[in-house]
Amino acid sequence: MNSLDLTPFWLTLELSFWTTLILLFLGIPLAYFLAYSRSRYTSLVEALVSLPLVLPPTVLGFYLLLALNKEGFIGALWYRLFGKQLVFHFEGILIASVIYSLPMMVHPLTAGFRSVPKNLIEASYTLGKSKWETLIKVILPNMKASVLTGVVLSFAHTLGEFGVVLMVGGNIEGETRVVSIAIYSAVEALDYTTAHVYSLVLLLFSVFSLTALYVLNRRWSLL
Amino acid sequence: MIRFRLKKKLYGAQGDFLLELEFEMEEDEFIVVLGQSGSGKTTLLRMLAGLEKPEEGSMEVKGEVWYDSKRGINLPPQKRDVGFVFQDYALFPNMSLFENIAFGMKKKDPQRVMELLKLAGLEQLKDKKPSVLSGGQKQRVALLRALAKEPKLLLLDEPLSALDPETAITLREEIKKFQRSFNIPTIMVSHNREDVLSLASRVLLLSEGKIKSVGKPKDVLFSRRESPKFSLNGIVLEKEIAEYACILSVAVGSEVVQVVVPRDQEEEFKPGDRVLLSTKAFVPIVRKAETAFKNPSLERPSNL
Repeated sequence: MNSLDLTPFWLTLELSFWTTLILLFLGIPLAYFLAYSRSRYTSLVEALVSLPLVLPPTVLGFYLLLALNKEGFIGALWYRLFGKQLVFHFEGILIASVIYSLPMMVHPLTAGFRSVPKNLIEASYTLGKSKWETLIKVILPNMKASVLTGVVLSFAHTLGEFGVVLMVGGNIEGETRVVSIAIYSAVEALDYTTAHVYSLVLLLFSVFSLTALYVLNRRWSLL
Repeated sequence: MIRFRLKKKLYGAQGDFLLELEFEMEEDEFIVVLGQSGSGKTTLLRMLAGLEKPEEGSMEVKGEVWYDSKRGINLPPQKRDVGFVFQDYALFPNMSLFENIAFGMKKKDPQRVMELLKLAGLEQLKDKKPSVLSGGQKQRVALLRALAKEPKLLLLDEPLSALDPETAITLREEIKKFQRSFNIPTIMVSHNREDVLSLASRVLLLSEGKIKSVGKPKDVLFSRRESPKFSLNGIVLEKEIAEYACILSVAVGSEVVQVVVPRDQEEEFKPGDRVLLSTKAFVPIVRKAETAFKNPSLERPSNL
């Protein structure tokens, strides 16, 4: 056996990190809207956010491939701006996994926003605080368990992503070959040792992060 | 001078009705708004604070227009400079008592926060989170938090209703003390007559969204048709028909009493009816509760 190639791990961690970070900034306003808006479009937006949960990753991947390729709507724009393709590149799978993990971030955050008593928000308004200040100083600190859940689930979900990445990114070493795809190609090449090691690391990491999430959630909800 | 004229359609349990109020108060007044639940009391406070939008009307506080439907003015709660105390306190669980009180201050002044905490006897607990406090202490902090920003108008939404009677009595005294020393015009919503007698400079009696009467507490509370010497409001709990008479069990405040009515009047009453118990011919015997003989019903003063 050759020495173990660690690039898929770094790539996966990098992908999960950026996906989670982007989702956090995207998820907070989106969940805020879903939790508090009385607009008649809320149901439609909610359905669109949940779509990646029910759609086969291949379907999502197929449409993303169409949108992100050089002739596609987003891909063409990207190519004009940066002179680079999206498909089969890191940026492409990043966009894909942001969309794929969207419900993992938005659902806990929406539930969190709804769980903050309306009185606290109104109290903050009558104490002269703007909506923004109320969000930062009152709402988010009182739903930190939900924020943590969203962060951990998005991270873990991106970690285990396979179908969408394969469809959009293919299997390019150092660019799009994340751990889950590396496992797939190792098995295809009958390299079971590598598959074992990769799988075990992924399994242990997932168990660890989810346990940490539930321990912290329990501790915070007891406060 | 505080002046408002507000109109809003409300959806009550007994059907829809129009909340229609017009009122004026002086700057040193303490108004208690009395009324049954669903009469529009809380909606009135929320409209004054800007948390709910009236359909029509206007509102002016110390020369500032906060709301005017004709001119399209409707200041958000942030711009209204009110202090609002919620029934269930609404303290921020993520902040210490100190931070809760300092939160709304226009200019952060740690010394002032400490003064306020001392005033309420809570300075030892300044770094604690609200979750460790008792109900009475929480409401005290909520009151201080509202007062710390030195608002132009203080609004209290049934601040004592979640507290036990003993705590409510102490806190009522404190509200009175604070309101006097801060001299902030105050409107307090309540369904408790004790609040009226000990706090109000004027009472506003609300029923189905309309002002039924306004005046000095004694005039409003004791202006009953029969003007009896002694009368109590109660609710019929049970009716027992005996051979020549009927025995009604009536809940009066936290006590239950039994009264006898003649058989021929029996049909007028059924469980759930609101009744007025009164006596003209007898002089009730009043003693201090602790010196009275060991009758369990006399051990605690009735909180009527």
